[in-house]
Amino acid sequence: MEFSENKPIYIQIVDYFCGQILEKKWTPEDRIPSVRDIAVKMEVNPNTAMRAFHYLQEKEILFNQRGVGYFVEENAYQKVLELRRGEFIRDKLPVFFKEMRQLGFTCSELEKLYQEQLNES
Amino acid sequence: MVTIENLSFAFVKHQPLFVGLSLKLETGNTYGLFGLNGAGKTTLLNHISGMLFPAEGSCKILGTSSRKRTPEILSELFVLPEQFDLPPLTAMVYSDIHAPFYPRFDREYLFSTLQEMEVDSKKKLTDLSYGQRKKFLIAFALASNARLLLMDEPTNGLDIPSKSQFRKIMAAADHTGRCTVISTHQVRDLEAMIDNITVLNNGKIIFQQGVGAISDKLSFEKIPDGDNRFVLYAEEIFGGKSAIIPKKEGGKETQIDLELLFNGIIQKSDVINHQFGEA
Repeated sequence: MEFSENKPIYIQIVDYFCGQILEKKWTPEDRIPSVRDIAVKMEVNPNTAMRAFHYLQEKEILFNQRGVGYFVEENAYQKVLELRRGEFIRDKLPVFFKEMRQLGFTCSELEKLYQEQLNES
Repeated sequence: MVTIENLSFAFVKHQPLFVGLSLKLETGNTYGLFGLNGAGKTTLLNHISGMLFPAEGSCKILGTSSRKRTPEILSELFVLPEQFDLPPLTAMVYSDIHAPFYPRFDREYLFSTLQEMEVDSKKKLTDLSYGQRKKFLIAFALASNARLLLMDEPTNGLDIPSKSQFRKIMAAADHTGRCTVISTHQVRDLEAMIDNITVLNNGKIIFQQGVGAISDKLSFEKIPDGDNRFVLYAEEIFGGKSAIIPKKEGGKETQIDLELLFNGIIQKSDVINHQFGEA
């Protein structure tokens, strides 16, 4: 039996922010919700919410303007994309490949399925 | 904020509840105080607030002994007990009488919070349900802006939407100048609100760490059968084990499983504390 990994709350907030940026709901220079807003929305300790902001600031995806709030960096989209692609390869693919082997799928079979689904949507 | 040194206390002779208990609580943190039934969580809170006196050792708030109950200290302390009696007054009148004890009391905050929680401030407090009264006291506690807030089982008696409101109100409150202690069994209600975990067992504080340090040192994983990794503590679950494992340097952080951690601390506190080395 394989269990999926459980993520800390602040990483879940990071994932949400990254999602907003990837979907282009948040674009460069946009001011994003405050730490307090996020803490209330997620019902978490503001210190926990703060960690998500710090994490993304370190990754140069957000920047802080003292007394004003947090904003999306110029090349945030590219940064998030790199970050998420890395995570996808590291975390998601090994699990996916393992299941693929267990179920006996080949890459060409998958490619066909992938194309089919693409055409449907 | 709070310094307890070498505190000993017994309700009954030769049956000590606390034996040389020491504890430090700092401003800006929200402490979760956990312990088995009868461990003495409420008794410990009563020592901090000066309602009980230590037989040996000391308990100080901002450097002043709690037992002195000085007005300066009491104006910085708010206790939300698990069981409470409120007088047959409306919220308005009650706060007119009690607010002057707290120099930074925020009336506006109190009434906007009561409105948010749908507590009728025109009704007599005694005519409100237990849950509504509790919500009133929670709002009053935060409105007091006291620097030390002791909450004993704050979510007991709250219905499901009220628990969520409680978390939102706690999340929205400014904790920078405040030290909050929440004693609870309702781990799931409150785990996201707490940033420091304190465990009381056998008369002593056997564990105290910030959640940052915990997720830095420990990994909480569900491991499948046949995975023979070294575990600090584990519980059997369907198809494997729920385990606490030493976290590898640079390894991924996992969400703290508070129930598992609590059980682990109660049963193997030395093994778990060892992971934190000398702080």
